[in-house]
Amino acid sequence: MLSLSAVSAGYGSFRALFDVSLDVAQGQAVGVIGPNGAGKTTLMRVISGLLPLRGGAMTLQGRSVGGLPAHRMVEQGIAHVPENRRLFPRLTVEDNLRIGAFIVQARAHFAEQLERVYALFPRLKERREQLAGTLSGGEQQMCAIGRALMSRPKMLLMDEPSAGLAPLVVAQVFDLVHRIRAEGLTVLIVEQNVQQVLDVVDRAYLLEVGSIRLSGTAAELKGNDFIRKSYMGL
Amino acid sequence: MDFYLLEAIINGILLGGVLALLALGLNLIFGVIDVVWIAYADLVMCGMYAVYWLYSELGWPLVLAFAAAIVFVAVLGVLVHVLIIAPILGSAPINQLLATGGLLFFLQSFATLLFSTEFRNIGVRLPIIELGGIYISSARLLAFAMALLGAVALYFFLKRSFIGTAIRAIAQDRDIVGLMGVDQRSIYLVTSAIGGALAGLAACLLSLQYDVHPYIGNTFGPLIFMICVLGGLGNMIGGFVAAFIISQIIAIGGYYYSTELSYVLAFTFFIVLMFVRPRGVMTR
Repeated sequence: MLSLSAVSAGYGSFRALFDVSLDVAQGQAVGVIGPNGAGKTTLMRVISGLLPLRGGAMTLQGRSVGGLPAHRMVEQGIAHVPENRRLFPRLTVEDNLRIGAFIVQARAHFAEQLERVYALFPRLKERREQLAGTLSGGEQQMCAIGRALMSRPKMLLMDEPSAGLAPLVVAQVFDLVHRIRAEGLTVLIVEQNVQQVLDVVDRAYLLEVGSIRLSGTAAELKGNDFIRKSYMGL
Repeated sequence: MDFYLLEAIINGILLGGVLALLALGLNLIFGVIDVVWIAYADLVMCGMYAVYWLYSELGWPLVLAFAAAIVFVAVLGVLVHVLIIAPILGSAPINQLLATGGLLFFLQSFATLLFSTEFRNIGVRLPIIELGGIYISSARLLAFAMALLGAVALYFFLKRSFIGTAIRAIAQDRDIVGLMGVDQRSIYLVTSAIGGALAGLAACLLSLQYDVHPYIGNTFGPLIFMICVLGGLGNMIGGFVAAFIISQIIAIGGYYYSTELSYVLAFTFFIVLMFVRPRGVMTR
């Protein structure tokens, strides 16, 4: 579904990604793991169009989408749940969800999609009139995922969904990923929480200093000595 | 209570309506685009000339001249953004202040060139209404009602529509709205058009009460900025409230002392409050 070949990107004179190639098949959940500063967030920003490609190519369902700005990528079916959630704190939960349905093809389905999101996260329905900034961390993550789902995407990008959450809430977030997959969505998820992310994805890539170091199925990576030693502390 | 004081208070409220409308427009643009249109009151002046020209010179029906003037100033707002703001959006805020400040002199000089410095009036005299001994100008009453209607319409647009929600969102986190499919540039254009349209509406309402001349923007421009700062720049509700505080000071001060002194009082109040609450009356 999504394919990156030899993509490079950076900020100013700093190069953050070097020749990254990556494939995500329809209906799959794919993880990107790696240490802080490896370029995981940069990779997500490139895919969602927030950051331009410096080189390489990107295709979505066979169509070249490299260089499209972020607001056009949403129309192509990509929804990005950004790092730190980035909700609009002084808008209500429902307004945050409303803006998620901004693109023209999503507006017509706003009411029905809102019901689907509320069915997925009943907690959000209880708090629909509350300002998003007053939600708990876990609820904010639900709201951020809900906001992304409002555009009726084909593929969901999740950047560190478990960051800053209590262990119990982290487990809930990974449970959410399971439920989103059950809806038939393709998911690309960036995480530092290696053990738990390998439990929910089919395949994963290890990104280190801007390059793909390893890739394989979740089972392969779980059995890999290097990953076990460096990232799981086993 | 004496009738004249009551009359002054009512006039203050009525004046506050138009000021509140203009404060809304300026705050909207500041909140969304993060620039201050120094020449905002001069867009109102352009709108007043549009009304004068279409109604008095070309003989258009008044309502049609009003509608055309609103559209004209809305287009002017878009042009201000496209020609002046957009090219320097990323540069230091002082550049944007200087550029829109330059626009102020340009518009005033251009209006002088076209219409000379003569005071002009559209000559529409609306009746004075008497209510239990209190005399109220119906032009002011109409201006107040229309300004309030404009504010309510803006409120529902911002609250209920997708574009309105995007406008409120972009004021909170402009870097991330692209991920929701929002194109910043088009939201900026819509916001500039709305800001212009509000100035155009104010121009119509003011042309029923005041003569137009090239420097009329100077008489209420500083007042609007003071109101916006008092309410907290970008805080639309704060600006709305501050408009009525300032207009009351001017009205009641004008009743007890004189109009000139009432402006001195208003600005003194402003300066004192800036020491006490530097981020506006509405902040905690």
